[in-house]
Amino acid sequence: MERRTIFGGWLLPVAFVLPQLFVTIFFFLLPAGKAIYSSFTQTDAFGLHTRFIGLANFINLFADAGYRASFGRTAVFCALVTLLAMALALLLAVFADHEIRGRAIYRTLLIWPYAVAPAVSAVLWMFMMHPEVGILGRLLNRIGIPWNYSLNGIQALGLVIVAGAWTQVSYNFVFFLAGLQSIPASVIEAAHMDGARGFRRFRTIVMPLLMPTTFFLLIVNLVYAAFETFGTIMALTRGGPGEATETLVVKVYRDGVINLDLAGSSAQSVILMLIVIGLTAVQFRFLGRRTLS
Amino acid sequence: MASLELRGLTKSFGPLTVLHGVDLTLADGEMVVIVGASGCGKSTLLRLVAGLEQPSAGAVVLDGRDITQLDPAARDIAMVFQNYALYPHMSVFENMAYGLRIRRLPKAEIRNRVDHAAALLGIEGLLDRKPRALSGGQRQRVAMGRAIVREPKLFLFDEPLSNLDAKLRVQMRAEIRRLQRRLGVTSLYVTHDQVEAMTLGDRLVVMHEGRPVQVARPTEVFSRPADTYVAGFIGAPSMNFLPARLAQAGRAAALEVGPVIEFADAPRPGPEGRLLIIGIRPEHVTLLPAAEAARGLSLAVDLVEPLGSETLLHGRLPGGAALTVQLPGMVPVGDAVAVALPAASLHVFDAESGRRLDPAPATPPAWADAGEVAVRPE
Repeated sequence: MERRTIFGGWLLPVAFVLPQLFVTIFFFLLPAGKAIYSSFTQTDAFGLHTRFIGLANFINLFADAGYRASFGRTAVFCALVTLLAMALALLLAVFADHEIRGRAIYRTLLIWPYAVAPAVSAVLWMFMMHPEVGILGRLLNRIGIPWNYSLNGIQALGLVIVAGAWTQVSYNFVFFLAGLQSIPASVIEAAHMDGARGFRRFRTIVMPLLMPTTFFLLIVNLVYAAFETFGTIMALTRGGPGEATETLVVKVYRDGVINLDLAGSSAQSVILMLIVIGLTAVQFRFLGRRTLS
Repeated sequence: MASLELRGLTKSFGPLTVLHGVDLTLADGEMVVIVGASGCGKSTLLRLVAGLEQPSAGAVVLDGRDITQLDPAARDIAMVFQNYALYPHMSVFENMAYGLRIRRLPKAEIRNRVDHAAALLGIEGLLDRKPRALSGGQRQRVAMGRAIVREPKLFLFDEPLSNLDAKLRVQMRAEIRRLQRRLGVTSLYVTHDQVEAMTLGDRLVVMHEGRPVQVARPTEVFSRPADTYVAGFIGAPSMNFLPARLAQAGRAAALEVGPVIEFADAPRPGPEGRLLIIGIRPEHVTLLPAAEAARGLSLAVDLVEPLGSETLLHGRLPGGAALTVQLPGMVPVGDAVAVALPAASLHVFDAESGRRLDPAPATPPAWADAGEVAVRPE
């Protein structure tokens, strides 16, 4: 049902909307506009003159092998974080969906990591994996497996993937569990009586009915992996060693804030913005009209 | 097609026992309806047979084979669920074919069976639709079709008509009965609706608090209810109950409201003054003309319900006992009427146990071969 309120004047409605508008304008529209503007300009080394150079920043970016490599690295990173976070969450949700003793505790524990800030999560992983102070890191080295993520790029990438996926597992778990519980028990029982057991039942009945949830989570996780893992990566590896864990977001920060290539960094962030807009559009397109029946 | 035997089926959830050792045998092709109020354990019984729950004790024997420990998937039993439980992401055809595909039947055979069942149910035109594009009645048919194509040994129905509107329910009820007769599949049907129970079952099992209180043909359950629970549960409006005492050396009942009624048949056993409950169905109570009012009971009418083909009177007897009277046709009645309780229509129950009290047999009781009549718990 549509609920409408008719206001007499215009002052009150404006007052209601103003705080939200203020936030949107000052924290999104203005910075984004500034980024778009600077992505088309070039500034001299002393910041005295700025000139319009069209798409040159973007052309330079895609001509840069380092940027293309970061693109590929980000793709791999996002795919693995998403895959890991979703697969683990689905597995845990399937277990939690059963009638088990203490399931309330089990579920609550699984949701906790989501409340952990990225930096704190990174510190937790450091205490586990650091080659000298980390419990697991030291163990690995002691049993003869050379482990040092601040030197080995592959290990570093692996670590940020796992750490990045860890917090997201909780989020996915909640959605998968809700999705599983919205499947009527009688549908599962009907399949059981039709002769479908275990994995077959999961593949032919449960998974198809979970598709809307899965698709939604896929988009959310890709966005998360691409943009929100910044804190985790910076705290753990700062994008290093070398550029081993430098995803697109980390590169924007390094190029813009650390190396002060504002124009190039702006162009990168405009590209990221387009990616987010694209993903969101896909999500609205498919989930806007599809609901679980 | 097969016979089904339940042996001492018991189910407890923690300290709560919901089924107390149910014994029941279904002959090949028979349709037995389990009826009872909600919470009587009837659905649990069905789920035990389906294998969706494990019994705490007892056995389920299908076609001579003990299947108690068997997975539901391996039981060759099909079930029609209350909310239909169709697979929402599959078309009607796929819904019906699902169980057959799992059994790896050849494609042509699957096609054949589904087409045949669809024709039987009149849903040939819907095979490509998704369940959400179907009406309630159509979904119900698809759910039946899904059971039929399997050609199982046993059909289970879990209140399949309770989600349909009244008119459709009557129609589907007749259809289920026709189909079951035609296919000759042994069926167990659970419902809380006594009309469904009366019309559908070859036999009825009336359940109360986890025990079957009477297992018999519907007419038998109606005309000779085993106890006051069955008597009150089967028949609408419900049977009237009046407290009484045994009198005249067992030949009559002295009603607490006054009159002494001599039994139409033989004397009842027991000492003089034994506490009784006399039951009489509302349609058996008769109205007396004013001239004969003196030999009847006076009923203070507090509600009249004209239903068209019949009229219901609700009132109170002297002393406050409630009595419902069902009269044929439209009858104008005043605030007070005189009613009579014909002796031939009385049901006599023992007040203490609530069980039916039959005339004492002249010869030693032949209970052992009483056959299908009453199931005696304890």
